[in-house]
Amino acid sequence: MRFVIMGCGRLGRTVATTLDSEGHEVSIIDFHEAAFQLLPESFGGRTVLGNGVDKQIQAEAGTPEADVFMALANGDNRNAMAAQVAKHLHGVDRVVARIFDTERAEVYRELGLEAVNPTSIVSDLVRQAAFGS
Amino acid sequence: MYIIIVGCGKVGAATARELVATGHEVLVIDHDIDRIRDISEELGDIGLFGDGAEVHFQSQAGMERADMVVAATGRDETNLAVVQVAKHRYKVPMAIARVNDPRNEEIFRVLGVDAPVSATQAILAHIEQELPSHPLIHLLEFHASDFELVEVVVPKDAPAVGKTVSELDLPPQSMLPLIMQPDGRPEMPGGETVIQGGAVILAVTLPEHENALRRAFTGAE
Repeated sequence: MRFVIMGCGRLGRTVATTLDSEGHEVSIIDFHEAAFQLLPESFGGRTVLGNGVDKQIQAEAGTPEADVFMALANGDNRNAMAAQVAKHLHGVDRVVARIFDTERAEVYRELGLEAVNPTSIVSDLVRQAAFGS
Repeated sequence: MYIIIVGCGKVGAATARELVATGHEVLVIDHDIDRIRDISEELGDIGLFGDGAEVHFQSQAGMERADMVVAATGRDETNLAVVQVAKHRYKVPMAIARVNDPRNEEIFRVLGVDAPVSATQAILAHIEQELPSHPLIHLLEFHASDFELVEVVVPKDAPAVGKTVSELDLPPQSMLPLIMQPDGRPEMPGGETVIQGGAVILAVTLPEHENALRRAFTGAE
């Protein structure tokens, strides 16, 4: 499958590396060249330098042909906007966005995004760890 | 009207000042405590400290009874989030958003911002007005409609000069509400009104008929 990922931080890098090693076609966008230097040498995907919210940069990364777009940068608002540019301007069916704010994640789910909310997921894990079960 | 403004920089604060002066109920949200203190000292207790894109603060602001939300921050991602939460969660009827990067205007429109406002576009429109190569100027797009208000300046040597309005080859679905005559006099044109060189024509039309309209008045392709 073809994936475009915005954000080459810890999460974006990990997801990109995993998908690439599984044989998928991966493009990763970040606006800091330095972010790409932390990708492993084995990474065979494309890196695209620029603002991942921008329609043109998304196009350069191959978003119109992508099966999935993932917005994995740090800001909720940036991720939501980038995911919606991919969905509504490039016609990508499946768009995933990391949204830290639990209530806003719910709003974006209702608007058709696959909003992944680390806050609720991690709080469950923290609780389980605390109680040892 | 109850109007909630998110972002209390120069744009947000100036908007708040005007709206308060015209008697509206206004609340301004900003995550900079100093800005909130300043605006509250100046205009009364109208500031709320918080993130205006968050459901929590929109709820606290009383977004469910707001008539209008104005997203006026310097960040387009924030402005879009403000509008989407306000419209989707609280059904605010009218959302105005500042567009800082004109490339983002398209996604703002697609996602339901009623009025994306771009300073860059405004500057470009004024430049357009000064350039003879742009004889058609966009003045306004009507809310919830494809129609737009445009301005055409009739060149002195245009084929339309000396013709009456009814003799012109106007495109369909185009109306002429006003002509500013070269002597500065406004006139509501009828079929017998004669077009003069240097007149400014205000026309309501659809984007697909812009070129035909421009041709009718300027003769230029």
